[in-house]
Amino acid sequence: MPLIKNGRAASDPWVFYADDAPLQPDIPAVVSLPRFRAERAGLVPAGLDLGVRVAPQEGPEALADDLHRLGLVELDFPAFTDGRGYSTARLLRQRYGYTGEIRAVGQVLRDQALFMLRAGINAFQIPAGETADDWLAAIAAVRSAYQPASDGRAPIWYLRAKRAAAAQ
Amino acid sequence: MYRYDQFDAAFVAERTAQFRDQVARRLSGALTEEAFKPLRLMNGLYLQLHAYMLRVAIPYGALSSRQLRRLAHIARTYDKGYGHITTRQNIQFNWVRLEDAPAILEELAEVEMHAIQTSGNCIRNVTADPYAGAIEGEVEDPRVWAEIIRQWSSLHPEFSFLPRKFKIAVTGTTPDRAAVKLHDVGLALKRDANGAVGFEVLVGGGQGRTPMIAKTLRPFLPKERLLSYLEAILRVYNRLGRRDNKYKARIKILVHDLGADALSEMVEAEWAALSHETSVDLPAAEYARIAAYFTPPDLPARPAEDAEFLAAQAADRTFRHWVRSNVKPHRTPGYALVDVSLKPTGGIPGDIDADQMEALADIADRFSLGEIRTTHRQNVALAHVASADLPALHAALNAAGLATGNAGLAGDIIACPGLDFCTLANARSIPISQRISTRFASLDRQFDVGPLEIKISGCINACGHHHAGHIGILGVDRKGEEAYQLTLGGRADEQAAIGKIIGPAFDADGIVDAVETVVATYLDLRLGPDERFLDALNRLGPEPFKDRLYPDRRQAA
Repeated sequence: MPLIKNGRAASDPWVFYADDAPLQPDIPAVVSLPRFRAERAGLVPAGLDLGVRVAPQEGPEALADDLHRLGLVELDFPAFTDGRGYSTARLLRQRYGYTGEIRAVGQVLRDQALFMLRAGINAFQIPAGETADDWLAAIAAVRSAYQPASDGRAPIWYLRAKRAAAAQ
Repeated sequence: MYRYDQFDAAFVAERTAQFRDQVARRLSGALTEEAFKPLRLMNGLYLQLHAYMLRVAIPYGALSSRQLRRLAHIARTYDKGYGHITTRQNIQFNWVRLEDAPAILEELAEVEMHAIQTSGNCIRNVTADPYAGAIEGEVEDPRVWAEIIRQWSSLHPEFSFLPRKFKIAVTGTTPDRAAVKLHDVGLALKRDANGAVGFEVLVGGGQGRTPMIAKTLRPFLPKERLLSYLEAILRVYNRLGRRDNKYKARIKILVHDLGADALSEMVEAEWAALSHETSVDLPAAEYARIAAYFTPPDLPARPAEDAEFLAAQAADRTFRHWVRSNVKPHRTPGYALVDVSLKPTGGIPGDIDADQMEALADIADRFSLGEIRTTHRQNVALAHVASADLPALHAALNAAGLATGNAGLAGDIIACPGLDFCTLANARSIPISQRISTRFASLDRQFDVGPLEIKISGCINACGHHHAGHIGILGVDRKGEEAYQLTLGGRADEQAAIGKIIGPAFDADGIVDAVETVVATYLDLRLGPDERFLDALNRLGPEPFKDRLYPDRRQAA
């Protein structure tokens, strides 16, 4: 599936492995959080490029000690109405200081991407029938933001203050 | 009133253009209805029984005359010439075409309005006391905080896909006219022992099929910390609220399952943590900028008692009655708050046609600083009227068919759209409301009965607030027939309570008679005219009402 990351089309080296599938050498691997916890001792020292897929109910707490070793955290959205991943993303960025790739997977609508981007998710898979440009346009549809979040965008109140200061 | 600056205007313009694109994709077939549904809902567009319905946000009920004229224009151009005021102080247009929705939103944006978050599982339009900034005894103007919450919650990146909808109300006074104890979060402005202003934060109130009264989550929150504390509540709810059953997904269920104390501890811990990570609380300068829009108006001094006003009351009985029910004292001597009832006898509660909207806009310009407030009781209020102008105001309202003198009385019924419009309803609400209001057409009789809140919902979702009605009516489906349950003793104020079902349901004729029976029982048994319906009910208990409603019951027992 085509990927956009940090606002542009990107290649995707990652492969998600089902819990019973053996990992292949030299291929960046994404595993479920339960598998990661079960096989942590074997996975972490192997020097693999490793990612973990987090289910909505799992949250970031269980990953906190290992985040610096992870190249990717995938947040699974089993339904577009399940918004728990937005909180997970914000906590990963703001509480646990994770700076790597956070990718939304599952049922993700392009019109949700701008919320996700602001929550700290920086990579999206483009579903069949849509293009990276469709997604980039959807993300750019609303640039104004009333509240600070996890994307570093200045909130409207900050821009107001700056404008007022400049006018003086 | 708050006015948009360039930033607010740019935000709404972006959002409007985005929705135009989404509608175009739906109309071209690029979006399925299933994929379009969440997008349209976030812009207030519902698909009802006969047509699309557009719910336009009226933040905390505040409207300018210019905005009201635009709503009249929209009603005339894109709908069947009327709108419907909702219990969230919003306005609904019931006959909208999907193709027209983007144009309507553009018309709204031109007058600083939108339909953002009037539906969907997000933070809904924030409501507040409709008498804010005018009534005596206010700690602080709740509209300042409602506007701050409106801005913070608009397209919130974390809280737009919550387990369920989330409703916030703010009151600046006790008594409470904003029903804060029946909201997901209720905020009551308070002063602490040192005179500092903050909020009592209540959580987990709500109606629907599991009605609950809100519990205190924090007795006093310094006002400057409101947004970060709300962010903590919403984060805990977003993560832990149930998503497996939409009927158990509101925060009230989380409060019930965890207990208010445990939830409070979790919120406090989250609040402490996030306070180090984000600067979500507004800087003082931004608070001051927003608060300045709500500076009390400079009302010229007037004598507390106006001779002409008193003479008009003495001379005109209809006027006198209208003053008695629909006029409240303003905090400035010589001024008044006026309730404009949208409940004419036999009418549809909350409906207002385009001519009336325009007349009301003119009346507001002439008598009340061009400002109109919608109320959660599906009426309208004018907040700053000189008492001396009341006779002329009454005449102008009367000419527009807006001088019904029943505010707070039996004819002032809240009703949801019911089976006449709504896909969820089990039974019709509007015809029941019309028949009850016709039975109580006599104002003399309504005054004799005194304050009485009748509230009607066409299904268990309780949009007509029947749980909080002194007399509540709930439409149910009984083997394919419309039937109506009767509840007594609910209230939405600072002593909020959930009404109790009195007995077996009635059919449509029976429920209208049953309301009459309840009122007749009250009149027979009250200690005197000073004992209000709710007080008498509390003293007597339900038994005397049951005996009269179900006369066969005693024989059977």
